[in-house]
Amino acid sequence: MQNEMLDNEQIKHLLNDILEIHGYDFLEYSFASIKRRVTRLYTLDNFSNFSLFCQKVKNDQAYFKRFLEEITVNVTEMFRDPTFYRSLREEVLPHLGTYPFIRIWIAGCSSGEEAFSLAILLDELNLLHKSLIYATDINPSVLERAKSGVFPLAYLKQYSENYLYSGGTKDFSSYYTANYNSAKFDERLLKKMIFSTHNLVSDHSFNEFQLIMCRNVLIYFDKTLQNKVFNLFDESLDKLGFLALGSKESLDFWANITRYKRVKTEKIWRKLQ
Amino acid sequence: MAQTAINQKCAAVIIGGSAGSLDVLLEVFPALKPHLGFPILLVIHRKSGSASVLINLLQSKTQLEVQEAEEKTILAPDTVYIAPADYHLLIEHNKMLSLDYSEKVNYSRPSIDVTFQSAADVFKDALVCILLSGSNADGVEGLIAVCNQGGMAVIQNPDTATMPYMPQQAVLNVNKHLILNSFEMADFINNLSHSSQKTD
Repeated sequence: MQNEMLDNEQIKHLLNDILEIHGYDFLEYSFASIKRRVTRLYTLDNFSNFSLFCQKVKNDQAYFKRFLEEITVNVTEMFRDPTFYRSLREEVLPHLGTYPFIRIWIAGCSSGEEAFSLAILLDELNLLHKSLIYATDINPSVLERAKSGVFPLAYLKQYSENYLYSGGTKDFSSYYTANYNSAKFDERLLKKMIFSTHNLVSDHSFNEFQLIMCRNVLIYFDKTLQNKVFNLFDESLDKLGFLALGSKESLDFWANITRYKRVKTEKIWRKLQ
Repeated sequence: MAQTAINQKCAAVIIGGSAGSLDVLLEVFPALKPHLGFPILLVIHRKSGSASVLINLLQSKTQLEVQEAEEKTILAPDTVYIAPADYHLLIEHNKMLSLDYSEKVNYSRPSIDVTFQSAADVFKDALVCILLSGSNADGVEGLIAVCNQGGMAVIQNPDTATMPYMPQQAVLNVNKHLILNSFEMADFINNLSHSSQKTD
């Protein structure tokens, strides 16, 4: 697989065309990663001619939908990095309890696993009733999946283990109903989520939040774009609000880092002023 | 055997390994020169969450600086970068590291194939990739990509590997390769001459 590496210039050309035709800007994505994703899709769909592939991406709306879903990485799990969720439960969410109303933004929510994990945490801290989770992604098809609240039953064993490691005390299966090969999560959790498309590259701030989670999204962006997105988060975060990133991502090189304080060992920062 | 490769110019050495590869690293690292002139990248299959253990262990065996590979780091010579557990490690054209949390490849993340292929694309003929002991075939496709770009594929002698399957598959599938025993590897790496190759 992927023996054939596509030419850099060809790929840049395609990305330019995509911006022009579809309005999605991938030019500031980490190139090695986007190149690998494009090459992967090209091979997966058995193309042997790059210009045919480009034509299809450019002119066939249905295929572009597939392109968008495959080019962006949608690998995620519930309670992924259990120590991170333990930190949310113990160090972050209790601070939010004092607000009359809690607004949370999950940027790059993919198929919703993080949103459901967070809703479960909020529920266990008796905060869910006054919380609203805005879960956004660039990709409309993954949002459709997220909205269904249905996840493959095969993954639930892993999720349940993660949940326990993260400090969960209940029976994880009390949050869903198993049916054949799928698990349908409680409507009660889903009711507190708003799913919407949002492109971190081109869309603006749309509200003020007490917590913004954006995990394993920024690793795909180049430094310039990372800085832009940090500014967007900064504009969208209340004073004393929290910003949570993925375990290999960091705010350290951002110009305004001095206005933020790191929360213990996880990649969570609190806005001071 | 190592003599054949002394003139190989080298911008980076990447070592990939799975089960049974740690012993080789512990044998090779103490014998490496402190000034190699190029970086070493390690892609070793392992359970998540054990990064600092591996870093500390290897750091105790070498004067080269050992660190976990972080995204957007520019590769520096005489430094060892370890791919973090649960992320693929990619190399950008300006020799900057990228991390990627996409699907596992060969049931592995980090996948050796992914890093070898990405590095081959950037370093072309100035790349040396070494595949060690292991019990799946991750790394084989990567070595083929390295060869196709004019880089050098080195394989641990399957006869002396704790888990011979991975090096065996490489020997069978990679046309042009060099087979080394673990005790020959440090000398081989020490004798590579660093390349001042510029990448765009």
